[in-house]
Amino acid sequence: MIALLRRDLLLALRAGGGFGLGLAFFLIVTVLVPFSVGPQSDLLTIIAPGVLWLGALLACLLSLDRLLALDFEDGTLDLLATAPLPLEAALSIKALSHWLTTGLPLVVASPVLGVMLNLAPGGFVWLVASLALGTPALSVIGTFGAALTVGIKRGGLLMSLLVLPLYVPTLIFGAEVARRGATGLEAGTPLTLLAGITLATIGLMPFASAAVLRMTLR
Amino acid sequence: MSLWEYANPVKFLSLSARLQPFLWGAAALGIVVGLGWGFFGTPDDYRQGSTVKIIYLHVPAALMAINAWFMMLVASLIWLIRRHHVSALAAKAAAPVGISMTLIALITGAIWGQPMWGTWWAWDPRLTSFLILFLFYLGYIALWEAIEDPDTAADLTSVLCLVGSVFAVLSRYAVKFWNQGLHQGTSVPMATGGRTVSDVFFYPLVISMIGFGLLFLALVFYRTGTEIRLRRIRALIARSKRNL
Repeated sequence: MIALLRRDLLLALRAGGGFGLGLAFFLIVTVLVPFSVGPQSDLLTIIAPGVLWLGALLACLLSLDRLLALDFEDGTLDLLATAPLPLEAALSIKALSHWLTTGLPLVVASPVLGVMLNLAPGGFVWLVASLALGTPALSVIGTFGAALTVGIKRGGLLMSLLVLPLYVPTLIFGAEVARRGATGLEAGTPLTLLAGITLATIGLMPFASAAVLRMTLR
Repeated sequence: MSLWEYANPVKFLSLSARLQPFLWGAAALGIVVGLGWGFFGTPDDYRQGSTVKIIYLHVPAALMAINAWFMMLVASLIWLIRRHHVSALAAKAAAPVGISMTLIALITGAIWGQPMWGTWWAWDPRLTSFLILFLFYLGYIALWEAIEDPDTAADLTSVLCLVGSVFAVLSRYAVKFWNQGLHQGTSVPMATGGRTVSDVFFYPLVISMIGFGLLFLALVFYRTGTEIRLRRIRALIARSKRNL
């Protein structure tokens, strides 16, 4: 398992993989927002939590294409499916490496971008907490979408169509935590619900992902 | 004699051929009586005026939009567990009907909302949930179309239907948490038995709901038959090509 994680991380870091891609996309989206809505700082304060969450979600979505497609093309997935390691575990590792290369950098970068969007001072802790709790769910759900469409040629658009509705609950609760935190409201309830969604998806989604991947590879 | 006998396509087709005339007739009767009575035989509401009459389209369509997904869920489970092809094809056949019902509910709701709420669209929990349901239907149908091999397509769409159901329910409650509603409560609460519309409006509504349910059944039987015959024709073509 650790070998697989090491391999995925190395591939992402070295071969011009998705490591910087999600982060760069996140950066560009947030920088472009003030150009499109205007530079009034009070307006930016209101929309900052939502924009940051939307940017993080789209950045996650952007890098899902590479999660399984390359391994499917060169046959690595066939080997993984016949390996002694359960496919569920292999896909969990894939989701973890996706989170480490995409989700974690977003979490780290989000306070800086929060400053640029004039996020309210009390909101930074909640923003980082909600992204740290919510992005793993995005990676795990995205792995399911990638497994579902890996056998389809040019399945990227279809994958976005399938994954976006699945992201709705995570986005609602995550953005709600950030919004409530930024406006000084009590944010514990949505944070708990967000944690519940993340834990449930981490626990259950790998089984669904492995099931659909076995159907595709059959 | 058990229900599973109809997993045999021949038996299913003969049953569906026998049932269909009755289903179509009853559906037409229910919809004509329900809508006719609703549109012409009921008085205007004292506050909503004649716009109240869109309820005879809106509520049955919304009901069938949800029940169609539920039927697809059951059919997908049967396919995953017992591998009956008719079941998978019935789920495939129901999806376009379900998405049409969702669209009817959304559009009639917007037409009603414009004069009543003063807006075509509001991010109200019920409206948003239906929009999400619409996206799920769209993804489901697109996935069926995208995969060449019919058995793999049936497998993958079935799992998508199961996972989608969980997330659709989750979204329903998440959306309730996210925004307070503008949409009124249900007119026909099943749990309490009481109802918030008067009998004058209620009876044509129930007839219209039954009519829409029968229409859905008739359409699903018809479309499943079409899918079975389509697959049969493909098999025949493949066989004749082999023989050449």
